[in-house]
Amino acid sequence: MASEMAQPGFWARVQRASVERLHIRLESLVVLLALSAAMAVLSPFFLSLSNFLNILLATSTIGVLAIAATFVIGSGGLDLSLGSVMGLAGVAGAFVAVNLGWPSVFAVIACILAGGLAGYINGQLVTRAFVPAFIVTLGMLGLARGLALVISQGRAIYGLPAAIVYIGQGRPFGIPMPVILLVLTAIVAHCVLAYTRFGRHTLALGDSEGAARAAGIRVEHHRRIIYTLSGALAGLAGLLFTARVNAGDPTAGINYELTAITAAIIGGTNLFGGRASILGTMIGALIMGVLQNGLTLLAVQSYYQQMAIGAVLILAVFIDQYQVRKESRV
Amino acid sequence: MTLLSLHGIRKSFGAVDVLHGVDLSVAAGEVVGLVGDNGAGKSTLMKTITGIYRADSGSIEFDGKDILTLDPGQRRELGIEMIYQDLSLAKQQDVAANIFLGREPTKKLFGLFPGIVDKAEMDRQAAKMIERLGAHLPSINRSVGSFSGGQQQTVAIARALTFNPKLVIMDEPTAALAVREVQSVLDLIRRLRSEGIAVILISHRLNDVLSVTDRIVVLRHGRADADLVTAKTNMNEVVSRIVGGGDTSAAAAHEQRG
Repeated sequence: MASEMAQPGFWARVQRASVERLHIRLESLVVLLALSAAMAVLSPFFLSLSNFLNILLATSTIGVLAIAATFVIGSGGLDLSLGSVMGLAGVAGAFVAVNLGWPSVFAVIACILAGGLAGYINGQLVTRAFVPAFIVTLGMLGLARGLALVISQGRAIYGLPAAIVYIGQGRPFGIPMPVILLVLTAIVAHCVLAYTRFGRHTLALGDSEGAARAAGIRVEHHRRIIYTLSGALAGLAGLLFTARVNAGDPTAGINYELTAITAAIIGGTNLFGGRASILGTMIGALIMGVLQNGLTLLAVQSYYQQMAIGAVLILAVFIDQYQVRKESRV
Repeated sequence: MTLLSLHGIRKSFGAVDVLHGVDLSVAAGEVVGLVGDNGAGKSTLMKTITGIYRADSGSIEFDGKDILTLDPGQRRELGIEMIYQDLSLAKQQDVAANIFLGREPTKKLFGLFPGIVDKAEMDRQAAKMIERLGAHLPSINRSVGSFSGGQQQTVAIARALTFNPKLVIMDEPTAALAVREVQSVLDLIRRLRSEGIAVILISHRLNDVLSVTDRIVVLRHGRADADLVTAKTNMNEVVSRIVGGGDTSAAAAHEQRG
């Protein structure tokens, strides 16, 4: 056994096992650990429980959006409207709770419903009107943001009820509520993507639409469900954000789709569909969280953080495509 | 016993009429060759049988049922399988995922959550099927995109045969194969016939068609132009029907050598 360990193929075998069994790319885990180690060396504040929870809390919104991006991109689609739909959903929830004065549960439903509806419209347009997903969701990015500003008349809606604020600021057992909700969402999403027929069909669809169609999968129907799901998850992200900052902010989530898509791609989602894992995406989201947190601790201006995220996205896709070209005959 | 019967199938794409009323019937356990020049409508016709395309008019009966309005999944359920020329594989997925695509077996997790895909069962059955085909794959857990053309073909064939089909349509199954692999595909077709499974074989390799079919249907300009009994025809006649008459002995001789 010992001699086998020494063989050059060992690393390759570990890699393959991690991809096949755990559905994650080992490189992303290495990057996360290396990045954390670097931040720990550079900043004395990085390694602490409170900062760790901070990172998780800051990652919760992006994490939920990244799960949505994973499903959509894994199916060979694209959703650029995630950040705007998140903003719209938060405003919709705040409007229902504050302006209409309805019970909190309706505000929660309004968030998810507003997001789901936007996603449903995306799905309808992509599959029935044959407008490319890139254009449909880019249009929705503008539509949803504009509608959020219209509903809120351009101002943040304050005065949310305590029950809603608890979703964003509550800390049962010392763990922030958004973190708990992210973990629960991720577990469910992971099981759906990795172990159900729906998840397998999602990846098959992203891999080869023709093969999926020939196998009898109802391709258009499946895509509509995925876009609706993506919107509903953006709605959940909007709820988490609104509850955390205690306001329905119509400008919430600007550029979040950039971070969410980057997290999904770093986590091993194939940009063109067919390969994706929620576990990987969570690692990707944590990388983004650690990067932003570390740069903040190091007092790097937030403008540079934007640049860092953009550069990481391009780098991640470059590395992924390089490996695909090297390994496969596709 | 007639398994599949098509009457007056028409199909056009925009202004282009591809099929002008095709009649075709296939009996259970019969091997029918479908030949014709490029653009004669062979692949289009097959896709109206599998349901990828919906025929504009005409009727399709399979096993006594009208299937014209059924989607591809429903037609697969009835026992119609097709091996596509491009193989239609999801290349980043593994062997079992491709064989069971759209028909994954499920189990209950902890006896509670339904609809969990039974990966172990899939792998087991996929390995069994590959073995039954007498093929060797490097690993059943590898994505099929990393396999050679012949190995990918094996996966596509395994997918078509795993669910006890009644009719298997093969679109140019030997076009990309090495000599020995061609023979094993032809042997497979003979084995399917002996098991009572009907086969429609689309091929440009007329030698293959003549050696393995019971009947040869020639498609020409979107119509079933000729219906020949293989035992009573020859290369010369088939070639002549494909190109539409004239002196074809030179072309036929070429095919014979080919």
